Amino acid sequence: MSRSWPDEIFTELKAARIRQVAYVPDAGHSQLLQRCHADREMHTVSLTTEEEGVAMLAGAWLGGDRGVLLLQSSGVGNCINMLAFNQECRIPLLALVTMRGEWGEFNPWQAPMGQATEPSLVAAGVRVYRAETEDEVAETVRAAATFAFQSYRAVAVLIAQRVIGAKRFEK
Amino acid sequence: MNERALDRRSVVGRLLRGRGDALVVTGLGGPTYDVAAAGDTPLNFYLWAAMGGAAMTGLGLARAQPRRRVVVVTGDGEMLMGLGSLATIGADAPQNLAIVVLDNEHYGETGMQLAHTGRGVDLAGIARAAGFAGAATIRTDAELQALARRLFDPGLLFATVKVSSETPPMLLPPRDGPYLRSRFREALLGPDAHK
Repeated sequence: MSRSWPDEIFTELKAARIRQVAYVPDAGHSQLLQRCHADREMHTVSLTTEEEGVAMLAGAWLGGDRGVLLLQSSGVGNCINMLAFNQECRIPLLALVTMRGEWGEFNPWQAPMGQATEPSLVAAGVRVYRAETEDEVAETVRAAATFAFQSYRAVAVLIAQRVIGAKRFEK
Repeated sequence: MNERALDRRSVVGRLLRGRGDALVVTGLGGPTYDVAAAGDTPLNFYLWAAMGGAAMTGLGLARAQPRRRVVVVTGDGEMLMGLGSLATIGADAPQNLAIVVLDNEHYGETGMQLAHTGRGVDLAGIARAAGFAGAATIRTDAELQALARRLFDPGLLFATVKVSSETPPMLLPPRDGPYLRSRFREALLGPDAHK
């Protein structure tokens, strides 16, 4: 049996020496979160809102730790002002965003932020990579982590709803 | 406002006198100027925006540097914008983090509009309910002296210090983001800052 994309992300996060994991729970990230919680070298922090994670991971990097922010596309909207921290100070950010409001969405309230996710991130100075299929996820996360931590920039990986939907369908 | 309210500059000067190698993060506005007035050092990280993020910046830093004391000095308006972060930090409970709010009950940067703290909202009470045992409101010299003694002791700490709404002279520390982050990391991490 082939490894699942959340497991592949976990492998990439370990390879990138990620120590702090900040998240607002999302079904699409639940398997990855379990792996992170179980890892003794990773410190996981549950947030009340996503911008807390932007500030927390900036502080982590100032202190020498690399981190990752795990969130759903709806949470991107909560982060916009806080992303000034990364852009002005050229502090890395690696954010992994599970998309809602695009592929076969059943909840119309998810549609607006799903559509606004990428343009909002771009407007806030964040580089946006997309993973459209399961096969693309690991290499996209790897490239984003390299860009973020080697080039001192904020990078978001948008994981297409089609990927997450496909995952759920297999259950 | 009590006319005998504490003076914010002298509060910060007294609190940070014994900082040793502690790392200090400031919330935007007055607290940034107050901490700079107490002595600019590379181990101060001044926020000039990111309102609501000072405490969380402190949390990430505290988790990255568990052997260092991390002190966040921020204002009541900034803390009110990040109330959720008190719940997050209370739940995570790092033992090397202190949050000190300089509470003048107003938004001093924008024309001294009244803040919720001037209408009865109790930040220390909120912090206690979020898991900061012993979170206190400081109003007197004696209480400030006691806070100064325990500020750098191990343990998660929250204190809100009621200060006068008088605005002290502006004192502008560096505000160039790349400079602030590089000097901070160099001072803290040495050559590893550039790996």
